Amino acid sequence: MTDNSARNDAVPRESLHEWLMSDRPRSRRQASFGRAYGAWRTFSRNRLAILGLLIVIGLVLTAVFANVLAPYSPYIGDLRTTRLLPPSAAHWFGTDDQGRDILSRIIFGSRITLFVVILVAILAAPIGLAVGTVAGYAGGLLDAALMRITDIFLAFPRLILALAFVAALGPGIENAVLAIAITSWPPYARIARAETLTIRRTDYIAAVQLIGASPWRIVWRHIMPLCLSSVIVRVTLDMAGIILTAAGLGFLGLGAQPPMPEWGAMIANGRLYVLDHWWVAAAPGAAIFVVSLAFNLLGDGMRDALDPKAAK
Amino acid sequence: MSLEASPSPAPMLVVDDLRVSFPNRDGGRTEAVRGVSFTLGRERLGIVGESGSGKTQTGRAILGLTAPEGRVSARRLAFNDVDLLHCTPRQRRELRGGRIAMVLQDPKFSLNPVMCIGDQIVETLRAHTRLAAREARARAIAALRSVQIDNPERVYKLYPHEVSGGMGQRAMIAMMLIANPDLLIADEPTSALDVTVQLQVLAVLDALVVRRGMGLIFVSHDLRLVSSFCDRILVMYAGRVVEEVSARGLAEARHPYTRGLLNCLPKLGANRHPLPTLDRRPEWAL
Amino acid sequence: MGTVSAREAGIEAQHLRVTYRGFVAVADTSLRVDAGQSFGIVGESGAGKSTVLRALCGLAPVSSGTVCLVEKSAGETSNSRAPLPLPGTKPFRRLVQMVFQDPYGSLHPRQTVDRILAEPLAIHAIEDAETRIRRALDEVGLGTSFRFRYPHQLSGGQRQRIAVARALILEPQILLLDEPTSSLDASVQAEVLNLLEELRRRHGLTFIMVSHDLAVVTHMCERLMVMQRGETVELLTSADLAANRASHDYTRNLMEASTGFRRASTA
Repeated sequence: MTDNSARNDAVPRESLHEWLMSDRPRSRRQASFGRAYGAWRTFSRNRLAILGLLIVIGLVLTAVFANVLAPYSPYIGDLRTTRLLPPSAAHWFGTDDQGRDILSRIIFGSRITLFVVILVAILAAPIGLAVGTVAGYAGGLLDAALMRITDIFLAFPRLILALAFVAALGPGIENAVLAIAITSWPPYARIARAETLTIRRTDYIAAVQLIGASPWRIVWRHIMPLCLSSVIVRVTLDMAGIILTAAGLGFLGLGAQPPMPEWGAMIANGRLYVLDHWWVAAAPGAAIFVVSLAFNLLGDGMRDALDPKAAK
Repeated sequence: MSLEASPSPAPMLVVDDLRVSFPNRDGGRTEAVRGVSFTLGRERLGIVGESGSGKTQTGRAILGLTAPEGRVSARRLAFNDVDLLHCTPRQRRELRGGRIAMVLQDPKFSLNPVMCIGDQIVETLRAHTRLAAREARARAIAALRSVQIDNPERVYKLYPHEVSGGMGQRAMIAMMLIANPDLLIADEPTSALDVTVQLQVLAVLDALVVRRGMGLIFVSHDLRLVSSFCDRILVMYAGRVVEEVSARGLAEARHPYTRGLLNCLPKLGANRHPLPTLDRRPEWAL
Repeated sequence: MGTVSAREAGIEAQHLRVTYRGFVAVADTSLRVDAGQSFGIVGESGAGKSTVLRALCGLAPVSSGTVCLVEKSAGETSNSRAPLPLPGTKPFRRLVQMVFQDPYGSLHPRQTVDRILAEPLAIHAIEDAETRIRRALDEVGLGTSFRFRYPHQLSGGQRQRIAVARALILEPQILLLDEPTSSLDASVQAEVLNLLEELRRRHGLTFIMVSHDLAVVTHMCERLMVMQRGETVELLTSADLAANRASHDYTRNLMEASTGFRRASTA
């Protein structure tokens, strides 16, 4: 055991780093911040993960400050003068067939991407977590029933099922989000259930059962926090797929409707001109690639940082 | 005690100022073993300590089994004139199993779960000798018989999870001794076993060590057990050897840690309430 | 804090039988421990001793047989008193608590000590949690500096003390101990055993302790039950065991084995 405590007691003001890294936290706040800081340190040692994080932050900032960042309007173009111009100093990514600046469209399109990603995460993750932990803890008939329902949703390829929902609900970005969320939760349920099955057998759960906690309390306050990190990592890694599915739906005309600058729809549009005017499809494609990669790197980094073995 | 008549032969194992360190959370290094020195001839040495004393890391360092992030250094670490610190990986592989063997704590975790017991023994044999398959098999069965396993042909075909802890441990001993090593390092070989089975396994180990004249290093947390099994005892605390004593002279041990360790265990029939506890003095860790 | 805490309750199991999918873990075991006594269950691995303990507090399914709390003065008619709580109910949980074997596995890895100790109080809606938590930490010999640590920042002995504090924070009367010191170093074991004895004396607790270590069990308990493969082999007092007055061969074997190894090659 290091004798940091003696040193800290003698010096009245310890540095923030020491406060966070202390092995003997003196308050609830110090304890939780200290743990978060420890996870951050492991995460930040991975340079690629930091790159992913920066890109995601860039995405968020671009979406928030789109008005300021975009040089031109994403919706208005001049068919006479600015149609299908190649990339230049005036138009960094060139213009599309409607004369609109592609860079501005991509910048505004980031809002849609972010919208899709956040909503799907907010909808799908809690459902998957809840279904998985309840099924895993309850066992028996409830477990079987919930898992069969999960299996049904898992059996369909995500894009096909999303197509079916959108076809039923009608095209539009909100319905696309709903469709993707409905088809995204099953893997999270599986993960949560697998973890719950292991956790259920531990002595600390037996102890809290012995104290008299109700099953709901055990699942909500003791099991879910342990499953949370696996699910968060999986959600982050899934973001790339979610973005691609939204792009796919947009490509098929079932997601965002024109003139919304959704990246997938932009690629669909650019498909017609790709031979002579490659930039119309390439720019949004690159944007999707970069953002998907960023989420993958971020997810990988988070998994390494939040892995219970690493945290000991 | 019996063969000490010959003028002190060169010791089989020489450990001089062994140090093992591992990286810690703050970016520095923590030393698990801080300057351990001893020599070993054809005798039985017990290394006793509690968790964190560095006893396991000492045993592993001798065999070169320290985890990759650990750093091992010593003034001298030699086995029969082979420099263990600077030998080539090939030399080290030849030593392991062939000249120095190690028996670990739990056969559930130290035997390969997907190979049957007999095949694992044969694998060890063929790694160190050139034998035809049939002869290797015969030797393996003989080895199983030598550790008091009654039906060796049957046990040969079983998997580790199909045998009891005691039998698995005896199979592990058979596997480790089949290439006739000169030195055996046993790291808590009976801690995972029931107390009646412990005695059986220890009896087997005892007989084999005597018959082959091997050197033995017995690492354990159980001071009483080590004192009944070994000739000499090293007591470790916080990475250092705090006392070296002969098994017979354990009752006259002088270091307060050793005495504390002896006294703090409850004994059948003794009625000491409360039990004497160890008053850990900071100077022991210096 | 019902009226039950003012009474002294012991626990009794009659013809207890626990089976897991056809495997008989415990077969027809009966025991009775009155208030204030200390009772030990010894045996080797697979004897079923931990299963008996878990069946007593409701953590293992009871296939047949009964578990109930018993009054000390069994002769008195109890029509003026309310019946004792039944197993599985919340009032029962306040009377019977357990300390588990593995200090590394019995504390929630993501909760601070403070949270771990506050949980029982929250579940039973007990007020002044602050004072009680401090008092619980004090009683097990840990200062308030331990209050906001996570389990991985504690040593094995410290974790076990927290487990004891958690078991005692509801002020139970009967404490079940499942090999509480098997995973601890010898010196730490002595401290924890002394702590348990001190707490038993101070609060008048009833102990039922399971162990494979005969010396530990005879040190802590007055009466013993020896089990082998789910069956009760023998019931005897520690004094009898220590004086080698055991009647059953298996018990005698265990005693022999506990005294240690005798080297064949030495004189």
